[in-house]
Amino acid sequence: MAAGADPGRAACVRAALGEAFGIPGLVLGASFLGFGSLVRESGMSLWAGLATSLTSWALPGQVAMVELWAAGSSLVAIVLAVCLTNARLMPMTVVLLPWLGRPGAPRWRLYVAAQFVAVTSWANSMQRLPDVPEPHRLAWFAVFAGGLFGVSVAATAAGYALAGLVPKAVTLALVFLNPVYFMLIFVTDLRNRAKSLALAAGAVLGPLFHLVHPDWGLLATGLAAGTAAFLADRAWRRREAHRG
Amino acid sequence: MAEPHAWVWGAVLGGAAVTYLWRFLAVLLAGRIDPEGALFDWVGCVAYALLAGLVARMILLPIGPLAEVPLGARLAAVVVAASIFFLTRRNMLLGLGAGTGALVLLTSGLIG
Repeated sequence: MAAGADPGRAACVRAALGEAFGIPGLVLGASFLGFGSLVRESGMSLWAGLATSLTSWALPGQVAMVELWAAGSSLVAIVLAVCLTNARLMPMTVVLLPWLGRPGAPRWRLYVAAQFVAVTSWANSMQRLPDVPEPHRLAWFAVFAGGLFGVSVAATAAGYALAGLVPKAVTLALVFLNPVYFMLIFVTDLRNRAKSLALAAGAVLGPLFHLVHPDWGLLATGLAAGTAAFLADRAWRRREAHRG
Repeated sequence: MAEPHAWVWGAVLGGAAVTYLWRFLAVLLAGRIDPEGALFDWVGCVAYALLAGLVARMILLPIGPLAEVPLGARLAAVVVAASIFFLTRRNMLLGLGAGTGALVLLTSGLIG
């Protein structure tokens, strides 16, 4: 879409649909396909799996929830882990909001739009919204994120159904989709020092703490490895500033 | 360990509530908080570490059916996924396809 001339609302909506059912939708669909299979192989019902895609719609927290539930964690440990996993949505949403709000527009629209901020919808919107004329930005986001949401819910059901139909080896590969997906997202982030430290420390402590305490191990991993990475990055920065 | 099925809806809806809480607070407090401040740096580090810990555990110590796949096959599939991902200039679909395809090939002979 060219910036400048207003292509009209219909053209913006078409562009958003094309985006939702293009590469971003395909990748997210594959990931939710894996999530649906994970739900089934973890012994959770289709309805619970669909409900979490419908009501949470933030895959990292959903995977953490299913994995901890399958491991027999307590409800408090599950909810706290999901809470920490998804805390990133707050700064992400704050950064996206100026692109969605218009002076004088009702505020409730933003509270609805916020439910559709997740990693894929956020990253692509941050990239595309500057090229969308201001009057159509919220419509573009609603159609784009709504399309991704629909793909995610359908893929959750499809993944659940597939896991019962395909050979065992394929089911295993579907369940394997999510760890691989997150790992590939991580390795693209390795240029940021604080994030890299957090990833490395978390990857080492995660399995160890799980062996020590499967119920609270994951939360302890996040808090210990995350805080250590944060402090190490700050100390590093101070040293760089001194050398200045 | 207690019977997990008892609290599946608590986990589903409790998870949804705490997830929306962050999105809600973002709209409520936008303009009054600094998304690039130290607090959110720390929050980002904790979330990343938690997720990295979960992913490493899912690959190294899987709980469900993946436990039947030998550790070597899981690690080989991860290496294939990352290699293809970087060789194709970070094409996520090809990386995912290669990793899962490798796992199918490595396990179809071992598991009926």
